Amino acid sequence: MPRFTVNGVEHDLDIEPDMPLLWALRDELGMTGTKFGCGIAACGACTVHVNGNAIRSCVTPVSAVEGQEVTTIEGLATAVAGTNTSSTGPDLSAVQQAWIDHQVPQCGYCQSGMIMAVSSLLAQNPNPTDAEIDANITNVCRCGSYPRVRRAIRALATA
Amino acid sequence: MKITRRRFILSTAVAGGGVLFAYSATRPSKHRRANQELAAEGEHYVTSFIKLEADNRVTIYVPHSEMGQGIHTSLSMMAADEMDADWELVNIEQAPATDMFANGELIKGFASEYGVPDFLKGLVSFSAIKVAEVMNLQITGGSSSVRYTGETGMRIAGAAAREMLIDCAAARWSVPAAECTTELSHVHHNASGRSLSYGELAADAAQLEPPAEPVLKDPSQFNIMGKAISRNDIPAKVDGTAPYGLDAHSDDMLYAAIRFAPVFGTKLVSVDASAALQRPGVVRVVELEDSVAVVANNYWRAKEALKLVESEFESSAYDTVNSAEEWASFDRNLANDDGSEDFESGDTETAMAEAADTIEAGYRVPYLAHAAMEPMNCTVHFRNDGKVDLWTSTQDALGIKGRVASIGDVDIDNVNFHHCYLGGGFGRRLPFNWNVIDHATLIAREFDVPVKTVLSREDDMQQDYYRPAVANNFKAAFDANNNVTAWHSRFTGPIQVPGAAHIPYNIPNQSIRVVDVETHVPIAAWRSVDHSQQTFFIESFIDEIAHRSGKNPYQMRMDLLANHPRHQRVLEVAADAAGYGENLPIGHALGIAVQESFGSIVAEIAEVSMSEDNRPIVHKVTCAIDCGRAINPDTVESQVESGIIFGLTAAMYGEITIENGRVAQGNFPDYEMVRMATSPEIDVRIVESGEALGGLGEPATPPIAAAVTNAVYILTGQRVRELPIKNHDFSVATPVAQA
Repeated sequence: MPRFTVNGVEHDLDIEPDMPLLWALRDELGMTGTKFGCGIAACGACTVHVNGNAIRSCVTPVSAVEGQEVTTIEGLATAVAGTNTSSTGPDLSAVQQAWIDHQVPQCGYCQSGMIMAVSSLLAQNPNPTDAEIDANITNVCRCGSYPRVRRAIRALATA
Repeated sequence: MKITRRRFILSTAVAGGGVLFAYSATRPSKHRRANQELAAEGEHYVTSFIKLEADNRVTIYVPHSEMGQGIHTSLSMMAADEMDADWELVNIEQAPATDMFANGELIKGFASEYGVPDFLKGLVSFSAIKVAEVMNLQITGGSSSVRYTGETGMRIAGAAAREMLIDCAAARWSVPAAECTTELSHVHHNASGRSLSYGELAADAAQLEPPAEPVLKDPSQFNIMGKAISRNDIPAKVDGTAPYGLDAHSDDMLYAAIRFAPVFGTKLVSVDASAALQRPGVVRVVELEDSVAVVANNYWRAKEALKLVESEFESSAYDTVNSAEEWASFDRNLANDDGSEDFESGDTETAMAEAADTIEAGYRVPYLAHAAMEPMNCTVHFRNDGKVDLWTSTQDALGIKGRVASIGDVDIDNVNFHHCYLGGGFGRRLPFNWNVIDHATLIAREFDVPVKTVLSREDDMQQDYYRPAVANNFKAAFDANNNVTAWHSRFTGPIQVPGAAHIPYNIPNQSIRVVDVETHVPIAAWRSVDHSQQTFFIESFIDEIAHRSGKNPYQMRMDLLANHPRHQRVLEVAADAAGYGENLPIGHALGIAVQESFGSIVAEIAEVSMSEDNRPIVHKVTCAIDCGRAINPDTVESQVESGIIFGLTAAMYGEITIENGRVAQGNFPDYEMVRMATSPEIDVRIVESGEALGGLGEPATPPIAAAVTNAVYILTGQRVRELPIKNHDFSVATPVAQA
């Protein structure tokens, strides 16, 4: 009976331990901000954070996150702001705001995963080189938002 | 069926599976119906696109699907600008899927008067047209929304609203309407210093008959159009709240995973579901004519259980079809059949016979899947009260609603369509590509709770309606002075977009013919439709002609485009911006392509080098686009960036092949995409010609393949005549000196 927290809320789900985290989030908890794209960790649409690190939830069984802290796009702004803010939390993280400022999303379907991947990268490496961006952000965006993703990351890095 | 033409604003037809008619927003019956059906207490519809409230807030209803092209914002900008609304007071809403907002409503009348327009023939997969099927459409496609709904609907609605509000104010003040002005959602009478907000005039305006021919602004009067306005759909797309079709959710929802007949067009023979039914959460196994589905209380559980279902599908004559054999049959057809005329001018046969030199080349491009990021899905709830709730991401809300009603055997008025954002469309979510919708409806019919049918990425890729594979054989003739005198093109059809194989180049003798070929592979529109194949062919072969005749590819294009100044202008702007003819880094080359599609003219210049392991690297793409005018310049840029990367993915990697009658590729590892590491820098230059508005969703896609391969030719001496580029071996390279 896997137990883990999602965006600060503890869940104790009566589900199979090998169920991918993606489907526990979407179909069991009704948290649909995390997207299904490929099911084999090839596109990154399902990216969430486990203890702050970006992982692909479509191939991560819930047993692997037992006792750990999962953050999804819905909880990103609060998680980034830390625990000392007001109970309502901020509306948007700096990455999310940059995504609006640079008008990054088009269809937007991949952007939950893209934002989670970029947030994790910038938390660990606030000023990544182009090569580091290329190596770390391997998410697929079928609309081709890549030039704007890079522009937004650059703006965040120099901010 | 007789229609009163003066009541409607009719636009002309374009190809590509898009909207061709914008109904008039000022049709009085619609305006009255909107007030009856949609308006709440204190609300008034000034036109059927625009709702004005007493507190001066304006809601603009956009009858097109938002799939990332920013159409909700662009169309609202057009209406709000003509209305002189205060953009801060504008709220944008998706128009409901009712026939009041159909853009196919006029088709019935139009078709009976003039016959079925070409674009619809493409839309219904080249089968016989059933006019009844295309009446109630609400299509988004063909790069047409701004050009048609915007220019002939939203702007007119806004202008009509403005005139009506002025008339109401003038009547209240007993002054001539000509003395009144409008600004920021207010009518002013400057002579007397009086003002009224639009909201204060709303109730009066709702009683007026809209003007038959409202006067549109001159572009110099635009306040909102032409500005880079932030899109209204973006905030919900960065915090996870934007609802896509796949996000429909309820606690009692069931989920269906489906196994289709792997060979297109074959049927299910037998099923053994005993093991699957033992799996946790599995509710039922549903057998359909060509598929079997497991329904469970979680999609993963359904998918896992489906692996345990034993199924047999009938064998068919297509079981042995492979891509290699299909290409061979295309080649045989091209060799044995001179096809039917697409375009002829001059006397190509004589020009070939009298030529000082000739050149021949055969080109091919494969089938492509759409591979939208949101896998195809559809949620249907047959309720106990006889109503049906429907959620799906679609490029045609009204058409889908009608389809579910028809398959589900319910009245269309009992189907409640819930609008969703699209996680990519690219043509896949156009009407007549119904497979997911049909299956989801038939499965859900067996339950009284919502059932969400989801295609896995593999299902999505293997049960698509594909961009057609096309082969094209060319010949060209030169005179003794190395001038090209004849262009001879024979390509496999069917034609989806008339004119895509035509060339803008001033070559006196042209013979362009299409040879229709047979395939069991379902085909449909794919972003830019025939232009994506034809522009690669044409812009590659014209480059071959330039090199063969010792001419500079840029200069020769400019010379042959003397009758096309807009083409020349975008080429010039792109060449200047890209530094064409100037020194490049060692080992880099520039490839050029130019093409008109969907009313926009696009030149692209790709800067390419070869990596140490002999793969092309695209460093930068410079693009100049003449789309008439930019409504939202930032959206123009993002659509161009998007179109280029979409086309670059296809050029570099895109390939759907057929093995034993079925699609060989299943997921992104074998249908690779351009990603951050392989995405070039893109420089977009908007050329404002002031000509009629051109489309934006598609026109940037066609030129990129040839721009890249034309550069690869300079770098390696190898002419890429078959896509994708990944299949080519460039280890033996002889760079070409360019004239």
